[in-house]
Amino acid sequence: MSETNGPAEGRHPMTGNALSGDAQGGMERHTYDVVVIGAGGAGLRAAIAAHESGARTAIVCKSLLGKAHTVMAEGGIAAAMGNRWPEDNWEVHFRDTMRGGKMLNNWRMAQLHAQEAPERVQELEDWGALFDRTDDGLISQRDFGGHKYARLAHVGDRTGLEMIRTLQQRAVALGIEVFMECTVTDIFKDASDGQSKVAGAFAYWRESGRFIVFDAPSVILATGGIGKSFKVTSNSWEYTGDGHALAMRAGASLINMEFVQFHPTGMVWPPSVKGLLVTESVRGDGGILKNSEGKRFMFDYIPEFFKAETADTVEEADAWYDDKKNNRRPPELLPRDEVARAINSEIKAGRGTPHGGIYLDIASRRTPEFIRKRLPSMYHQFKELADVDITAEPMEIGPTCHYVMGGVEVDADTQQSAVTGLYAVGECSGGMHGSNRLGGNSLGDLLVFGKRAGEAATAYADSLGGTRPQVDEADVKAAQASALAPFEVEGGENPYTIQSDLQQSMNDLVGIIRTRTELEESLAEIEAFKVRASTMVVEGHRQYNPGWHLALDLRNMLIVSECIAKAAMAREESRGGHTRDDFPGPDAEWGTKNLVVNLNAEGTGVDLHEKPLPEMPDELKGYFA
Amino acid sequence: MATTDHGVTSPGRAHIEARTLREDRWWLAPLTTFVVFSAFVVYATVRAFMGRDYYASPYLSPFYSPCLGDCVEGASDFGQPFSWWPLSAALIILIFPLGFRMTCYYYRKSYYRAFWLSPPACGVAEPHSAYSGETKFPLILQNVHRYFWYAAVVVGLILTYDVFLAFRPMPAEYAVGDGETSGVHMGLGTLLMIANVVFIWLYTLSCHSCRHVVGGRLRHFSKHPVRYKLWTWVSKLNGSHGRWAWYSLFSVALVDLYVFLLATGTIQDLRFF
Amino acid sequence: MSYTLKLRIWRGDKDGGAVEDFPVEVSEGEVVLDAIHRVQATQAGDLAVRWNCKAGKCGSCSAEVNGRPRLMCMCRLSDFEEDEVITVTPMRSFPVIRDLVTDVSFNYEKAKELPSFSPPPRDADGKRRMAQVDVERGQEFRKCIECFLCQNVCHVVRDHEDNKKAFAGPRFFLRYAELDMHPLDTHDRRELAQGAAGLGMCNITKCCTEVCPEGIHITDNAIIPMKERVVDKKFDPLVWLGNKIGIRNKDNDGRTEV
Repeated sequence: MSETNGPAEGRHPMTGNALSGDAQGGMERHTYDVVVIGAGGAGLRAAIAAHESGARTAIVCKSLLGKAHTVMAEGGIAAAMGNRWPEDNWEVHFRDTMRGGKMLNNWRMAQLHAQEAPERVQELEDWGALFDRTDDGLISQRDFGGHKYARLAHVGDRTGLEMIRTLQQRAVALGIEVFMECTVTDIFKDASDGQSKVAGAFAYWRESGRFIVFDAPSVILATGGIGKSFKVTSNSWEYTGDGHALAMRAGASLINMEFVQFHPTGMVWPPSVKGLLVTESVRGDGGILKNSEGKRFMFDYIPEFFKAETADTVEEADAWYDDKKNNRRPPELLPRDEVARAINSEIKAGRGTPHGGIYLDIASRRTPEFIRKRLPSMYHQFKELADVDITAEPMEIGPTCHYVMGGVEVDADTQQSAVTGLYAVGECSGGMHGSNRLGGNSLGDLLVFGKRAGEAATAYADSLGGTRPQVDEADVKAAQASALAPFEVEGGENPYTIQSDLQQSMNDLVGIIRTRTELEESLAEIEAFKVRASTMVVEGHRQYNPGWHLALDLRNMLIVSECIAKAAMAREESRGGHTRDDFPGPDAEWGTKNLVVNLNAEGTGVDLHEKPLPEMPDELKGYFA
Repeated sequence: MATTDHGVTSPGRAHIEARTLREDRWWLAPLTTFVVFSAFVVYATVRAFMGRDYYASPYLSPFYSPCLGDCVEGASDFGQPFSWWPLSAALIILIFPLGFRMTCYYYRKSYYRAFWLSPPACGVAEPHSAYSGETKFPLILQNVHRYFWYAAVVVGLILTYDVFLAFRPMPAEYAVGDGETSGVHMGLGTLLMIANVVFIWLYTLSCHSCRHVVGGRLRHFSKHPVRYKLWTWVSKLNGSHGRWAWYSLFSVALVDLYVFLLATGTIQDLRFF
Repeated sequence: MSYTLKLRIWRGDKDGGAVEDFPVEVSEGEVVLDAIHRVQATQAGDLAVRWNCKAGKCGSCSAEVNGRPRLMCMCRLSDFEEDEVITVTPMRSFPVIRDLVTDVSFNYEKAKELPSFSPPPRDADGKRRMAQVDVERGQEFRKCIECFLCQNVCHVVRDHEDNKKAFAGPRFFLRYAELDMHPLDTHDRRELAQGAAGLGMCNITKCCTEVCPEGIHITDNAIIPMKERVVDKKFDPLVWLGNKIGIRNKDNDGRTEV
């Protein structure tokens, strides 16, 4: 299946690494049909689908298997299974998704997602997932912001862990090969027959620093998001926009990059966990938001768009939890962008808590037993990390960078990007969620499009027969030189400082509320970071060297940050995860188009253009009449 | 101490000389266990082999209950089928409570740690060069625990019966006032025996094998609601199995000591009525 | 509210290494991983450490803090005195790669040896039905974040390298128990648990439970029940007799040995 050359003799003069990939023959080489980059929900699901459709499949991931950011997902998987509400169906889910995304979604993706999510969830159960149950033994479904019916399949508040463990165990059972702690830095292409196609990928083992070349006609990007470009984020270190950047460098385009979701409820204290997610289920299960004056302020922030379905009195909101048929939803359960903006306004108006957040209170509304049973991880998280007992006192929370709606522009049915053989799924793909993602739609997205991409990638690889694109040796040399470049510099800055400055800058200037002047400033700063990054230095050698790894990831963070800032400056309206102080409302004209970004011809920055949204068929338009 | 180059100092692992880097008093728990268990074993052995001073009417020492050998008058409530037994009557029946405790999952943890140092505490290297756990004779016999549990239930019933007997009127020589010997009696001994039997039952019913037998072995609680309820109760008790193990150990020794002191005339029973 | 922490970190690789001093500025509310990161950003850019979520959910940053297996992200500095020395070393049961990073492939190898869940066909309407009470035991075990601290602390392999071949470790006993208690699974893995996975090697000294950051009752709820289930299958003549004469636990019907 795969060929492996022995380690090189001698050491690299610069790095001192015994397993140097510098010398001839010191590089591993493997051949597959499909290489999946990333082992979160989307990557694992894609790999399972590829394997099951007969492809020789490899998963390449930056961390150990099972550690991907999917474990952090808490709430659940949105799927219109109708276990709690028989009146729920894909049409209602589709409508909720489109409305949540402020109609900017790729309608076809939203439709496929709503239609296929229920079966994808059932599949997880076939593979051993243990969801919470309804009284008649079916998969239980919970309420979440923006969803008309209770439809999130869940396991307490650790649904993401359940999902990744189930997929991981499935992948292991199928014997899919996994390259753990292995980072992909380049996609190879072959343009010899006039059309540019994927030929493989270049990667290094984090453990040894040794390089790997994958020969593969299909590469699926499932690398997650970009949250590490921001200071306050719920995302882990891996979220450096690798897939976004790899796709751009390979010639694909990104859409919707201005839409970054700030989750309304992240921890604000202690400092070491600032940004860490507090699940929306706290609100779904009865938690309310209060400012420092003790006022339940969300009633003041109900937008026109959602007035008809949102309770406008405390009595009605509180009655909803027990009688959902005859009452409207509490305003705390508005889509995330609305709630995050409201919290932001309260804090800015000086009604914040001592640590600069607002209060999320469930203690005064539910019994300690109920809280511990329904929100065990949250109870644990606050107890262990902040020494706060959420059954007795309110939590202090504030907005945190959580998710990027934007990503690689793909074909809705196959998830293929503009580059033949290059696919993108999950958070690193764009379009599905429009300008704002509903809670619970991410996990469903991973499963539905993971499977589709895996199957499409296999079909494409099969269609090639014996004539596969070839990796050009000159490209391999170039990729290697590029990866080693940070060791060649002397006297520059350390990557940690640049990263931390970039995060601060993005947080301050491209955060939840944006204006033209700050965005201009941010673009200027990004240019300056690029200059600093070109001369950064790395200590030590190639064996498990986080400084070097960061230096390579930082390039991706910079390009992605530029995409966000550029797109944010171009879109002169406020919609979903993009709020402009200087253009506070939505604009109908802007509601008909996406912003598309590409790497510029020199490869040093990004170009941007507008593109009309795909036209929704009339029968679907009917749902929004 | 044997070398440990097969363990934390094996080739390939992070090179650290120390057997442990723990700085807390990790040795305190195993040491305490060692001292208290040893003291109990010495005491129990002495008392079991003594073969006398185990009955002070109406109290019978739990070490000797049921008294099936050639026991003193009044001690044998279940006859004397082993009256030919030449040694102490305690030795006939002690195998049951002893076996129950020796194979108990909690005691196993305690003595493996405190006596066999396998391991002495978490993250502290053990001194043995080879280890096969409970896979070989004799330790594979630990798997008979549930049979000792069945026996322990019988022992528990007998000790409960003994408590009822402890309410019996006392013989004339212990009578208070003007020779009153009839009616119900209660003394400090009765109280101790009640406490003891409560702890014994808590210990017996919180046993892991009990938890398995009443419902733990099922895969579908939903189809066996009564057993599920029982399992839930036993699970609650099981959470404190270790505590009941210690309390019942102390209480059984204390009752025996009290009977011994009465029987040897060292003290008089404190009588409530 | 900041002070200089007396931090010591083991640095080295498989050829050798030593604990080195890294005095570092820390402030209120921080955890050991914060201190490690500050060392990395300011004093030793190539300090190798594994971490991801920094919230006790992914189980990546396992190490030993003052000799005790811990997740560094869940180890609050406020639990120590300000003048206390904190020594951080890699997990000592696995081969070291570099600094605080160890080779945990043992665990991934063991995962491969375990036969996966095998359900019967779905119900007629395409769904499956299980009662909440029947899935709750398994759900406790599925809280496992695979930090491998239980595998690290278990003396069976920690102190006996040669046992690694025959012993799957507490993490996988959890998995055996989860599947054995699964209301739908059609496999009987009890022989395998005792044989290939080495359940009998465990002497229930409970260190796995002590170090579990998720508070899973590994010993009481998984290992001991699994041992009792193995006794049912292998050692108990009464159960055997019951099976022979038809008085048996019908709850296990429909399962086949793997």
